[in-house]
Amino acid sequence: MSSKIKILVPIKRVIDAALKPRINKTHTGVESKGVKYSINPFDDIAVEEACKMRKNHKDLIEAIHAVSIGPGKAKEVLRTALAKGADTSTLVDVGEEEVEPLVVSKILKSFVEREGSNLVVLGKQAIDDDSNQVGQMLAGLLGWSQATNAAKITIGKDGIVEVEREIDGGVEVVKAPLPMVISTDLRLNEPKFVTLPKMMKAKKKPLEVVKPTDLNIEISKRLETVSLEEPAPRKAGVMVNNVDELISKLKELKAL
Amino acid sequence: MITDTNDLIAFNQDWMKKYTGQSQLVLKPKTTEQVSKILAYCNEKKLAVVPQGGNTGLVGGSVPVFDEIVISTASMNNIRSFDESSGIFKVDAGVILEAADTFLAEKGHIFPLDLGAKGSCFVGGNVATNAGGLRLLRYGSLHGSVLGLEVVLADGTVMDSMHSLRKDNTGYDLKQLFIGSEGSLGIITGVSILCPARPKSVNIAFLGLESYEKVQKCFQTARSDLCEILSAFEFMDRDSQQLAAKSLKTTHPLCQEDETGVDSVPEYPFYVLLETSGSTKEHDDEKLENFLEKVMGDETVVDGTVSQDETQLRTLWTWREGIAEASQQFGGVYKYDVSLPLDSMYSLVEAVQERLKKLNLSSTEDESKPVYEAVGYGHIGDGNLHLNVAVREYNKEVEKALEPFVYEFVSKHHGSISAEHGLGFQKKNYIGYSKSKVEIRMIKDIKNHYDPNGILNPYKYI
Repeated sequence: MSSKIKILVPIKRVIDAALKPRINKTHTGVESKGVKYSINPFDDIAVEEACKMRKNHKDLIEAIHAVSIGPGKAKEVLRTALAKGADTSTLVDVGEEEVEPLVVSKILKSFVEREGSNLVVLGKQAIDDDSNQVGQMLAGLLGWSQATNAAKITIGKDGIVEVEREIDGGVEVVKAPLPMVISTDLRLNEPKFVTLPKMMKAKKKPLEVVKPTDLNIEISKRLETVSLEEPAPRKAGVMVNNVDELISKLKELKAL
Repeated sequence: MITDTNDLIAFNQDWMKKYTGQSQLVLKPKTTEQVSKILAYCNEKKLAVVPQGGNTGLVGGSVPVFDEIVISTASMNNIRSFDESSGIFKVDAGVILEAADTFLAEKGHIFPLDLGAKGSCFVGGNVATNAGGLRLLRYGSLHGSVLGLEVVLADGTVMDSMHSLRKDNTGYDLKQLFIGSEGSLGIITGVSILCPARPKSVNIAFLGLESYEKVQKCFQTARSDLCEILSAFEFMDRDSQQLAAKSLKTTHPLCQEDETGVDSVPEYPFYVLLETSGSTKEHDDEKLENFLEKVMGDETVVDGTVSQDETQLRTLWTWREGIAEASQQFGGVYKYDVSLPLDSMYSLVEAVQERLKKLNLSSTEDESKPVYEAVGYGHIGDGNLHLNVAVREYNKEVEKALEPFVYEFVSKHHGSISAEHGLGFQKKNYIGYSKSKVEIRMIKDIKNHYDPNGILNPYKYI
C-alpha cells in the first residue's frame, strides 16, 4: 500500500467496570464521588489493537494518537494509552460535563482532520451510558466506511481492511479500503498489563490539553435526564412440593 | 445431624484429601446452648469430638482421626451486631470470612484478616487457628484485633467475654488462650472483633526481581518509602509462578508476548506483589510512583506492572493466591508454613530442592518421580515462608525426605515450624522444635485442667 496509516484512538474514563454503580440522591445520574475510575474496557481493547497493528505492520503505521474527552483526571487513561504504545495524546478538558454522542463525534471529527488520521479504532460503546453511537455517527459525519463490533481485524497487502464481526449463528466478514472507522468488541484481544519501564517512558510523551472552545465546538445538550431509577428487585421464588402443585400455581398466575 | 455415609465424606476429609477420618456422626448445632448441651453430654459419656469450621485447614486439625463426633459450626452463621462508631463487629463462629467482609464493606469497614480461603473458611475457625493471612503486615494478628469470645468449654460451661471493649486491663486475658488453641480447649461460638475503616484507595504493583537479596532490599525500601500505606508484601519464586500458570492457563502479568500458560512466565527468578491501601488516591499514587521510580532506578526491580483497574487488581492477586491450589494439581501437596529470619528464609526452599534432587525423588518431566517440584512463596513482611512440595502422590519416602529435615532446618535457624497454619495432626510430634520443655508442660497443664477427659480434638496439637 502506498500511503501510511495514521490511527486515532478515542478513549473514555468511566466508573470501573468491576464496581456496582449507585444512583445519586437526586436521581439525576450515578454517584461519582469516592468511586474508582478506569479506562472503558472496550477502549482498552482499541488501544491494544492499535499497538498490535503497529507490532505486526511496523512500516505501515505512521502514528497512533489517543484522545480523551473528560475531566482533568482523564489524563490517567491517556498516560496508560501512551505507555501501551500511543505516540501522542490530547485531552479535551470538559470538566465534569456529560458530553452527548453527537458532540463527541464532532470533536473527534475535528481531531481526524487535524491529525490527518485515516483509521479510527474505538470501543463499540462506553460502559457508563452504553450509547453505542459514536463510532457510527463519526463515520457518518466523515462519510467513511464503518465496521462495528470487530472481533478480528486484518490489514491486507492491497490496503483493504477485513473485519470479522460476531453475529447470531456465525461470523460476518466485511471489507473496505481506508479511510474507515472500526469499533471494537470484547473478543478482539485481551489487553496486556502495562510494564513499569513503558510507564516511565510514557511520562515523556506529549499530552496536550485543549478546551472545546479551542476546537470551536459548542457543548450543547439535546437530551434531558428526567429521572434515574433502579430496576425493581426480583420477587422471591416459591418452592413447590410436586408437579400438581406446580401446575395449580402456574394456573393461579395465569401462566397456563 | 448427618449420619449418611456419602454426606459424611465432606466432613471426614480435609480439602487437600490428605487426612481422612471415620466419623459416623456430624452435628450442626444452631445455638450456643445446643453446643453447650452436646459438650456436656459428650464429656459425661467420654465421647471425643472434633470442632469443625470451614474445614480449610492445612494440617489436618479440623477432621477426625478415628471416629470422633464432628461438631460443625456451619449452622451458626448470623451476624450479631456492628457498631459503626467503634468498629466493633460481633458474629457467630460459622460466618464465612468473605460474607463478614462483604457485610463490613457496605458499612465502610474491613475485616482485619484476609486469606486465600476466604470464600469457604469460617471466622470461628480463623480465631481458633489464629490465622495470619495476607494483611497481617497491616492489621496485625488476631491476638490484637479480637476483643472478646464466646466459648463452650469441654464440660459445657459457656465462657462469654463478648461484651469487652477495646481496653480491659483486669487480670488474665483468658480469650488469648483460645486464639490458636486449635479446638483443644473449647469450641468458639461467637467472636467480637475490632474492624478498621476500609481503605478507599488500593493499588497493586507486581514486580520482577533478579535475586532473593533484591527482594529483601525492595522490602526495606517499601517499608521506609511507602510506610503507612504498605498493606501487603508477598514474594513468589519463579517455580511457583510456573505452577500457577499451569493451572490458571492465562498470560502472566509481566509477559509482553502472545503466550499463555507456563511459556508466558518471564525469566525473573523472583516476583513481588505489593499492595498499598490508603484514603486518598492522589497521595498513594504519588508515593507509589516515587517508590517505583527509585527501585527501578537503582535496579532493585527490573520489571513490573501496576494495576490500572479493579479487574487487573483482582487478576494480579490470583497469581499469588492461586499458588496454593495450583500446588496440588498433580495429585497432592506437602505444605510447610514456617517463620524464618528474612535473610535465611529462601535458603530452606533451595535446601529442600537440592535434597529432593539428590534423593532422586523430583522431576517436572519424569512422571514416575513422586515429586513434581518444591516451590517457595509467602509473606516477606511477616518473615513467613510457604514451602509447597507439589507431588504426584503422597508417599512415605517423600515424607521421610522432608520430615524432620524441614523442622530441623527451621529450628537450627531459630524459626517457627508453624507460622500460621497451626500444628494440627501433621505437626503435633514436632512441637518440640519450636517450644521449650517448660512451655510444653504449661500447655499440657492447661489442657488437662480444662479438658480432663481429653474429649476436645484429641490426637492433635498437644
